Amino acid sequence: MKLSDLKIGQHGIIKEFTDLALSVKLMEMGCLPGESVCLERIAPLGDPIAIKVSGYQLSLRKEEASKVILHI
Amino acid sequence: MKVALVGNPNTGKSSLFNILTGLNQKIGNFPGVTVDKKSGFCKLADNQVVSIIDLPGCYSLYPKTQDEAIVSDILSDKKNEFHPDLVIVVVDVTNLKRNLLLYSQVADLGIPLILALNMNDLAEKEQIAVDADKLSELLGVQVIKISARNNEHIEDLKKAISNAPSFAIHSSAYSIPQSSQNLVDKISHEFDYDNEYASLLLAHQYSAAKHLSKNETDKLDSFIEEQQFHSADQQVEETIWRYTYIDKLIKECVQIAPKPIEPSLTDKIDDVLTHKFWGFAIFFLILLVIFQSVFSWAEYPMALIENLFSWIDEVGHQYLPAGVFADLLLNGILAGLGGVIVFVPQIAILFAFIAILEDTGYMARITFLMDKLMRKVGLSGKSVVPMIGGLACAVPSIMATRNIENWKDRIITIMVTPLISCAARLPVYILLISLVVPDDKVWGFFDLRGLTLLALYILGTVGAVFVAWIMKRLIKGKEASYFIMELPIYRKPRWKNVFLTMFDKVMTFIFEVGKIIIAISIVLWVAASYGPPSRMDSITAKYESPELIDSHSAAELERMESSERLENSYVGILGKTIEPVIRPLGFDWKIGIALITSVAAREVFVGTMATIYSVEGSDDDTANIREIMAAAKDPQTGAKVYTTATAFSLMVFYAFAMQCLSTIAVVKRETNGWKWPAIQFGYMTVMAYLASLIVYQLLR
Repeated sequence: MKLSDLKIGQHGIIKEFTDLALSVKLMEMGCLPGESVCLERIAPLGDPIAIKVSGYQLSLRKEEASKVILHI
Repeated sequence: MKVALVGNPNTGKSSLFNILTGLNQKIGNFPGVTVDKKSGFCKLADNQVVSIIDLPGCYSLYPKTQDEAIVSDILSDKKNEFHPDLVIVVVDVTNLKRNLLLYSQVADLGIPLILALNMNDLAEKEQIAVDADKLSELLGVQVIKISARNNEHIEDLKKAISNAPSFAIHSSAYSIPQSSQNLVDKISHEFDYDNEYASLLLAHQYSAAKHLSKNETDKLDSFIEEQQFHSADQQVEETIWRYTYIDKLIKECVQIAPKPIEPSLTDKIDDVLTHKFWGFAIFFLILLVIFQSVFSWAEYPMALIENLFSWIDEVGHQYLPAGVFADLLLNGILAGLGGVIVFVPQIAILFAFIAILEDTGYMARITFLMDKLMRKVGLSGKSVVPMIGGLACAVPSIMATRNIENWKDRIITIMVTPLISCAARLPVYILLISLVVPDDKVWGFFDLRGLTLLALYILGTVGAVFVAWIMKRLIKGKEASYFIMELPIYRKPRWKNVFLTMFDKVMTFIFEVGKIIIAISIVLWVAASYGPPSRMDSITAKYESPELIDSHSAAELERMESSERLENSYVGILGKTIEPVIRPLGFDWKIGIALITSVAAREVFVGTMATIYSVEGSDDDTANIREIMAAAKDPQTGAKVYTTATAFSLMVFYAFAMQCLSTIAVVKRETNGWKWPAIQFGYMTVMAYLASLIVYQLLR
């Protein structure tokens, strides 16, 4: 399942990325394979989303989140 | 000794910089680019003085933005003039894992290091215990716990800076993978680098590096092709390796008390501030409060300043011998200076608010709230911050577009930011609003003038959105756009930071903008006081004729003569030349003069008006420009010059027109050529002319 499919409060573990360039940026920000993520909130207009990862809140667009594959 | 502060954004790096340097700091640009360079000096306990430079915040040494590229360049290139002798890596202890990524990269560059564990107060509150001695032992560098916000343990850090030269350099953690070793060797040899990781970094980012020649870039191109080096793959591999290493460190040195999972304060605040209804309601309320404050709080200090300048003018006229010198000093320089200083209170208040929004972490939430909306019109959520900055001044805001990674988003943001009403338009708006809008209250609370001002700001914003929407369709994009952004926890604003930002912006305004205004005021005074000698002589002769002297009083005669002189001065001739073009907008040649001089900077309008009308001469020297303009009458018809239609047409013209040389210059620099500034100047002028034409023709 994709990160963009999580519901608020739901957890997942990052498995892999489908976009190489994006994955470099995401990893720098602490989104590594094996890392646990939780969907914290969705912006009022439905996009972007905010996730909890390695102890802080990170916001990204749904389209970017759709390139992150989770184990679930 | 040169010391550099390096760290992720939101780690309290700038607080630390402020504490170390105090008011002993200088803000400028890095050469060749418009990235903020903050530098200063710090006195250590042993009276040694070290220079401190605050490098832009970044997440890794693989730059995604120009700000980050600067850090990478400075740290990896030993020949760079800012290359430090010592780096203090500032990390947020509550987010150690992500922060240590940058640390481990910097450490591999072989520069002497100190690791500053900041936000120690928060870590204690969250029961995160870091064994600094153990960490220091494992890393081979000094590790100091500090709390920059509370000014705690700063002496320890200063002591560590004094001790730094006696420490051995940390040994390299990451070893270059076999597949890249050949490439690294070649680069190290070719560029005379003694650090392998610096060579590897060059391979990753040489296309963005500023210091390389064409020849060197070509050479790197061929090396990379020959060695089949895949930058992104290598970065992924390296990043994963580094995090594994960091995980081991953290396991050994950090203990986090298990805590019940309950929503943090930041979560609770976010529930409200990013709420479907309350989120937007509070955002607009905050904007409204800012405008009300800029308008009404600033009124008292502004009145004080106005009175002060009237008083100096009065005293000057009383005591200075009448003549060209007094005239230049009082009607040229003093009038211009007054026009600059009077707006300091407003700029200070506006920037105080912007600094508070940044400092508390709310600015990131604005981006979060607005991204989807902004993307619809071709902008990104990241455009909101520069555009809100555009409320103050387009120049720094256009520089701030650098953190928009996507080229198309960035160009569109640059193109429309000058449409957002900046502080320089405020003087013009306030003067014109106070001329034609009555000082009434709506619903007993909102000031009618304040609402008019808000309407003008909305007009500028709607204009910007409209143009962005069109440009989104016209401009072809090159790359995908990212929006990956940290939402920092909410913190109380650091008042010292707010004060320093305010102080800095006011100084920039006075010195950068003020000098243009005063220079133009002087040029204008000359152009308004002198004209073609033949015309001036005939006016002198005309007013010496006995018929005129007999039929008019002396005061009347004097006024008629100076008015006629102005009309025939160089500036009057220029204003008259463009009058036919601007007549349909409701402007006369005097306004024409102000439009011409405003191309240098919009706020020159007020100074120009002050000069024009004081050159013309009024009965009461202490009357301020507002009263003089309100009383201005068309000499032929006797009708009021500043009618509602003219004033609104003029405000709309100022809302849309590109009357700012500094903005043109900064757009040229940021887009690397004259194409975009030319397009911008063209479309904004046409837009301003058409909008004013419609407004005047409807209202008159």
